[in-house]
Amino acid sequence: MDMQFFWESLVTLIPGIPLTLQLAFLSTFLGAFIALGLAMMRLSGIRPLDWFARGYLFVFRGSPLLVQLFLIYYGLSQFPAVRHSFAWTFLRDPYWCAIIALTLNTAAYASEVIRGGLLSVPHGQVEAARACGMSGFKLFRRIVLPLAIRQALPAYGTELILMVKATSLASIITIMEITGLAAKLVSETYRVIEVFVVAGAIYLAINFILTRIIMAFEYKLTPHLREPRITKVLALENESAGEIS
Amino acid sequence: MSFFQLMGFGEGGWGAFMLMGALVTMALALCGFSIGACFGAFAAWAKISGNRFTRTIADIYTTVLRGIPDLLVIYLFYFGGSAFLTWLGRLFGSDGFIGLPGFLAGAMAIGITSGAQHTEVFRGAYRAVAKGEIEAAVACGMPRAMRFRRIVAPLVLRHALPGLGNVWQIVLKESALVSVTGVVELLRQSQVGAGSTRQPFDFYFAAAILYLCITTISSISFHTAEKRFNKGVRRS
Repeated sequence: MDMQFFWESLVTLIPGIPLTLQLAFLSTFLGAFIALGLAMMRLSGIRPLDWFARGYLFVFRGSPLLVQLFLIYYGLSQFPAVRHSFAWTFLRDPYWCAIIALTLNTAAYASEVIRGGLLSVPHGQVEAARACGMSGFKLFRRIVLPLAIRQALPAYGTELILMVKATSLASIITIMEITGLAAKLVSETYRVIEVFVVAGAIYLAINFILTRIIMAFEYKLTPHLREPRITKVLALENESAGEIS
Repeated sequence: MSFFQLMGFGEGGWGAFMLMGALVTMALALCGFSIGACFGAFAAWAKISGNRFTRTIADIYTTVLRGIPDLLVIYLFYFGGSAFLTWLGRLFGSDGFIGLPGFLAGAMAIGITSGAQHTEVFRGAYRAVAKGEIEAAVACGMPRAMRFRRIVAPLVLRHALPGLGNVWQIVLKESALVSVTGVVELLRQSQVGAGSTRQPFDFYFAAAILYLCITTISSISFHTAEKRFNKGVRRS
């Protein structure tokens, strides 16, 4: 075991962490809006919108992310119309291509998560809001969406972890995030196992911290499921009283 | 050339190559899925009826493999496997570089990553087996192995089928990553085609359609299988 080399690879790979997190967070953030739109299309009850959303889900969940990435990065440059348009400033850049592919991909998976959340909002809550005189957008913003987010949060957390893992594919289109740096370091030093073990440990650490943060959020958003503090205090008092007597 | 000419079977058509690539993709996914099922069965066994030590090992396995990117595992197996084989060769007096075949490395890597998902599927399915059925088997005097073969395994498979369908879809999409090792599966074949004809969109588009075909056919098959194996279950 060459601890010196482990340390050196860690120092080389750490600069890739911000880029990995940036790719994951930016695309999850942008994807959330598309996902919300898709989920509402599916729940709208309007046939063409529902079909469009279903088609979108079928395409983006049925094909590998790497194919989508290649289709956007390499594929679109085939058309002169694309190369001479305004969009080319983005599509020329591997960073934006990765963001676009990851965003479109996560939107498909997240829309099902959000749809589940929206469906889980109890009817009584909506009725109560209507009785209070809320309707339309206000009802959605104040009642439906917060409840749906709370319900969907655990599954959305899983999606965020999957996104962190998916960002490693960006290294294939020359982006130097953690996996990209690791592959470069391997090609320089030929010490495969050490470098990839360090890279894996970094991903593991990121995902571990993310799950803790999501769990903390979940705890904060679900006060109704927690035992009220007063009963805890009473139970403690009872216990100590029992010990004395 | 137009899209259909390019993907056709006539002169200069890449249709046959693309279909061949699709076959290799399916073979790769099938191998990976089977290896994963073996790993999953063992890890699930370790988690359900093992002692604290085996349980910890299985827990570490599933946590680690679900926390690191699949691409990293594939790299590790492909490059690491070759490094290991070369080292092993040196022990036996060979000087040259010994490479691990990409297909093997890819199938192993997919197997090990999907094994973590299999584990959870099998464990959940075992939980769903009613205790009474196992007790009934004990009461009939079946020994442990027979009980497993006749009662537990079929029931676990029945409950695991929807979960296995999901894992299969994931494995199928993950197999695209094995193209980095140079195995000429569907995506790699499209890269080759795109490089030599300078029509990348057509090739990746065709690849996407073929992947969609494979996932659609497999999801239909899994639905049919689910229906068949749940014939004996009364629906409420």
